[in-house]
Amino acid sequence: MMIRPYGDTLNDGAVQLSFTLPVAHCAKADEAAIIYTKKLGFKEVEVVHSNPLSDEFTFFVVYGKTDISIDYDKVVVEEVEKSLDFYGVNNFIKEHIERKIVVVGACSGTDAHTVGIDAIMNMKGFDQHYGLERYPMIEAYNLGAQIPNEELIKKAVELKADAILISQIVTQKEVHIQNLTEFIELLEAEGLRSKMVVCAGGPRIGNKLALELGYDAGFGRGTYPENVASFIVEKMHERGMK
Amino acid sequence: MTKSKLNLDTNKIAKARELSKQISAPVQEYIEKNTTVAIERTTLRMMGADGVDSNGVPIPNKVVDQIGDNLCYGATKYYINALLKKGLSPEELNIEIGNGLDITKLDFVDFSFIEDKAQELVEIFASKVKANVAFREEKVHKYKEKENSPLLYLIVATGNIYEDVKQAQAAAKQGADIIAVIRTTGQSLLDFVPYGPTTEGFGGTYATQENFKIMRKALDETGDEIGKYIRLVNYCSGLCMPEIAVMGALERLDMMLNDSMYGILFRDINMYRTFVDQKFSRMINSFAGIVINSGEDNYLTTSDAVEKAYTVTASQFINERFAYESGLPAKLMGLGHAFEMNPDIKNGFLLEMAQAQMASEIFPEAPLKYMPPTKYMTGDIFKGLAMNTLFNFIAKSTNQGILLLGMLTEAIHTPFMQDRFLGVANAKYVLNNIADFSDDIEYKKDGIMQTRAKVVLDETIEFLEEINKTNLFNAIEGKMFAEVSRPKNGGKGLEGVAEKAEDYYNPFYTYLENELNIVKGN
Repeated sequence: MMIRPYGDTLNDGAVQLSFTLPVAHCAKADEAAIIYTKKLGFKEVEVVHSNPLSDEFTFFVVYGKTDISIDYDKVVVEEVEKSLDFYGVNNFIKEHIERKIVVVGACSGTDAHTVGIDAIMNMKGFDQHYGLERYPMIEAYNLGAQIPNEELIKKAVELKADAILISQIVTQKEVHIQNLTEFIELLEAEGLRSKMVVCAGGPRIGNKLALELGYDAGFGRGTYPENVASFIVEKMHERGMK
Repeated sequence: MTKSKLNLDTNKIAKARELSKQISAPVQEYIEKNTTVAIERTTLRMMGADGVDSNGVPIPNKVVDQIGDNLCYGATKYYINALLKKGLSPEELNIEIGNGLDITKLDFVDFSFIEDKAQELVEIFASKVKANVAFREEKVHKYKEKENSPLLYLIVATGNIYEDVKQAQAAAKQGADIIAVIRTTGQSLLDFVPYGPTTEGFGGTYATQENFKIMRKALDETGDEIGKYIRLVNYCSGLCMPEIAVMGALERLDMMLNDSMYGILFRDINMYRTFVDQKFSRMINSFAGIVINSGEDNYLTTSDAVEKAYTVTASQFINERFAYESGLPAKLMGLGHAFEMNPDIKNGFLLEMAQAQMASEIFPEAPLKYMPPTKYMTGDIFKGLAMNTLFNFIAKSTNQGILLLGMLTEAIHTPFMQDRFLGVANAKYVLNNIADFSDDIEYKKDGIMQTRAKVVLDETIEFLEEINKTNLFNAIEGKMFAEVSRPKNGGKGLEGVAEKAEDYYNPFYTYLENELNIVKGN
């Protein structure tokens, strides 16, 4: 099935865009926005609103239509499987692993933003979804922010971690990629990679990216604690970790 | 003060203040007995110690390292002794120190000479800061009618100070009254202040004195062009709280994020270190007329905003107390709070409004800083814009002092230039459209909002009583704040605390105590 954006009629290809150009606000700037949008492949382009942001910048709201369509049947997506809930996870651990599991989490490297790891690990959890600390069958250790990768590994060994969670919120200049890569390399060097389930998380970290970097899974926006927990326990079971 | 809309019990408010006073007493006692590496570096900066050596180590750090275990006597006498002994100006002495001069190896001149010189240096410092205060007052007064109410606060965070300047100037032209330059990730954990202009940072820009100067100049220029005084904000937090304060005082910053407990709870900085540092930093801010912003919003990003609303109010009371103890008047207390309730809650708006109104009635003189939604912001920028509108509505209708503008792309990236524009446009629409709404409405007696405020105030008092019983140090260790435990001797920076010797000498500290009428041991 071929598809394209839907405005008010099937296949009209209507798209709304908004962007800023580094030019002063004037009729010429509006025309430039139209030309630019046409270059992107849009037709019937209309600048519906433009506004100066300063003497040198102008903001535009633009509508256009596109002929480009894709074959929906050929779209392939890799997603983390559907997950167990709070109770399901605890029962699964009791039944298949038969002991409490240990999960260690941190914002490693220079990242100081614990919002993500806190949402997953803290007792309170997020949006009425309990965090891992609340799970009776999970011993959860949230090490907090700015933990050097070496220290995180040391701590994980000390606590006999079954799984490590790394949260990366700051992604400016790809700093998260460097840090995540460094962590996996250190873990490999210590010969620990296969002994632990290792997951990355953060608003701009998808499963695909995490797998590419050598992680078992990546959790992005909208992830709840039980999604992470159920991935960990199922992975442990799959690997025969007891 | 305008008539109470919430019908709060003034006896309860007084009780909460009394509890906060009791809570802070043992902490003040500890503070008075101790100094820190940061306080001594700050004092050195007040005397003119600045610059770096060939390895990039700041001169104040070098001097403090030289002094080592003798820090308990204060750094002042060593530095002044070196000035006198060598017959140099501070600038010249800094170069000598950078080249390897160890000032602790010099014989001491007669102490009366040190005291005379100290008085001279105190006066030089004080007159610089007083000139900054006078300059600001004049400009604020001159451009008063252009100011928004609440003041609109925008953030820039490119990592490159020159890029920040462009964005800040654009933001000012769009209508911002206040520009905050976010600090680079992790600066709070550095036990030194980087030097010079910087162009690399992650998630923000290094706070350096030169960066302060560059941004100050740019905002003054834009301000004069558009006929407005643009206030500049940075971060007086982390391991260099008082040092950043003094740099801000010298470069005429107007606001500083400066919470008494934030570093302990959210950056795992040692509690003793933070308490001692925060007092001196607030004394400096007070002297320089800098509005502090406390960080209560952070409690709500880790805890639930409905259940834990009382922790915000309690922290506001504690921050207020610590600020008073530092000589900071109420008009400089930008106590913080935030619009962070789950948007799916029925009547959530009423609960948020009750909370904001309560803060405004309890702290009527404080320019309260209201923080926008972050926790429940998603990639749905359209809903985000709607949430920001409700947030703006509450800010205006409850007379907040400082409105940190919400960004519709909060959950996605550091703001695009257009995001700030949309934020300002949204706020201006609301501010104008409901300009006198607050004066025109009363709250229903015993309605949802009055009841909510009463409950939160009761919970606050209960919480403060508990803290008072266990004492603040134990309460922090015992996970009573932000659901996190910070051991008394844990965290970063404890090694930088030193108990003052009998003859500890810090004429700058004493000068500020006198200027600010700080009563000791109350």
